[in-house]
Amino acid sequence: MADIATRGTRVVAESGDRRRLSDGGPRAGIVLAFLTPFFLPFVLFYLVPIAYAIWQSFLVVRRTGGQYGTSYTTFGGFEQYAEVFQNGEFWASIGRIALFGIVQVPVMLVVALIMALLLDTPLLKLKSFFRVAAFMPYAVPGVIAAIMWSFLYSPQLSPVVDLLKGLGLEPDFLGPGAVLWSAANVSTWLWTGYNMLIMFSALQAIPGELYEAAKLDGASNWAIAWRIKVPIIAPSIILTTVFSIIGTLQLYAEPAVLRQISSNISSTYTPNMLAYAVASGNNYQQAAAISVVIAVITFVLSFGFMRLTSKRAGL
Amino acid sequence: MSNQNPIRESRVSRTAAMALMFLLAIYFLLPIYFLIVAATKPQGDLASTFGLAFSHFDLFQNLSTLFGRSDGIYGRWALNSVIYAVLGAAVGTLISALCGYALAKFRFRGREFLFSVILGGVLVPTTALALPLFLLFSATGIVNTYLAVFLPSIVSPFGVYLARIFTSAAVPDELIEAARLDGAGEFRTFFSVAFKLLTPSLVTIFLFQFVGIWNNFFLPMVMLQEESLFPITLGLYGWNGQTARVSLLQESVITGSLVSIVPVIILFILLQRFWRSGLAAGSLK
Repeated sequence: MADIATRGTRVVAESGDRRRLSDGGPRAGIVLAFLTPFFLPFVLFYLVPIAYAIWQSFLVVRRTGGQYGTSYTTFGGFEQYAEVFQNGEFWASIGRIALFGIVQVPVMLVVALIMALLLDTPLLKLKSFFRVAAFMPYAVPGVIAAIMWSFLYSPQLSPVVDLLKGLGLEPDFLGPGAVLWSAANVSTWLWTGYNMLIMFSALQAIPGELYEAAKLDGASNWAIAWRIKVPIIAPSIILTTVFSIIGTLQLYAEPAVLRQISSNISSTYTPNMLAYAVASGNNYQQAAAISVVIAVITFVLSFGFMRLTSKRAGL
Repeated sequence: MSNQNPIRESRVSRTAAMALMFLLAIYFLLPIYFLIVAATKPQGDLASTFGLAFSHFDLFQNLSTLFGRSDGIYGRWALNSVIYAVLGAAVGTLISALCGYALAKFRFRGREFLFSVILGGVLVPTTALALPLFLLFSATGIVNTYLAVFLPSIVSPFGVYLARIFTSAAVPDELIEAARLDGAGEFRTFFSVAFKLLTPSLVTIFLFQFVGIWNNFFLPMVMLQEESLFPITLGLYGWNGQTARVSLLQESVITGSLVSIVPVIILFILLQRFWRSGLAAGSLK
């Protein structure tokens, strides 16, 4: 994203900064006074924990002589990482998240894109109602959303289950095969409107003349949407994809809440839940290694996706 | 805007588009509607009556049960959420604005480097920070205090990013020059000249950070053991875990969820235009 992001801001920044400020701007002390209130907490609460987690992930706790020996912490090289990669639960959690992401992210973004494109056409009435309805879930915390949906999944309380039973179906939203998709539905419900609004804002920024010519040539709304609008808002679509990938890898609240009502979610269901479970067992070095691996996977996937798509799209 | 000259669309595609949007709107609103209905029912009716239809109207009874439970702990959680989110977002917006303003308007060595570091910070999965932060905070003894949740919450790299973009767009260099010629110091210039021009943008940054903190769950869960320090999310999560044993808690979880989302939804609808400018800036990327 940095690539795309800096390019975007540079355009904005340069147009605003065209006139240089006189005599090289203020003294260094003043500049520092503006920067420090942000950078001090940024270093303390962002950079230091990252460094600390990396450092910890290279430590191991050993015991001197048998069960009654005293424990001590020492440098262990990549031992913790070797343990992470040999841990079946880790791979199982990665597998679930991968399946979740491969299905949920495209479904959510395609729905968001269709909604944004429809809101940008003259086909609809009640546009602001639809916009607000879709955006409203963003006001709901993930935990609360998961609690609300868990009532709609519950066989005893759910009106949805009642309705489906009326149609002769026997839905089990909390069953072993279904519960992953029930969690995916909560994420989709929460974030579709937010992503839709990012795309819609980008669509609104396209100058109308761009497709006047296409219209005069008799291009259909479909052709204009797919051939002109979608390519122009590609950076927004990439942005929403990257944010969705980051969000998926951090998944915690939704499955943790569903775990309260379904035995089909283990305490190590997602990588983040695994890290928390390991840390709760006081194995902080192993938990740190898991956190570092999650962060590295996040970076590789987000940057990889941005490079791939920006090359393809020739951005 | 661009679509004002009407193209002849078949009635079919209009109807199909409206039908699709209505279905999606039902999907987005259904859980909230269910919550409203459920919050008005007595506990006994939750399982025995149809979930989308009102039965006995017991909302006020439910509210008084909710706020009376465990010596009014719910009110405490609500207050905590407000403290974390309002104070955290206010401080966070101010420091983001100062930093973003400096990055936009001052020329100094290392500026682009610092900005790249901040953009990298946007990509950091914040849940990965929570566990190491817990260990660092335990060492300094601020675990299980307000500060343990408040301090990390004030840092918003995305806020700095927005502040830089907004400053470049909204504050002309000529005004800063003029203030300097009048002999105003840089802080004076920022607070008396730039601040006014930036106010709508600052509201946007505030809102994004407010919602981020209000919705946060993982950080307070890792940091806090003392129930009286919990935000609403963590408190309701705890109650929800006990409903299997204490089934009467279910109604309070439902009513408590509704009470916690109503003010934020109202804030959303009233301040819509600020969201749109923030999302538009986000899409500039």
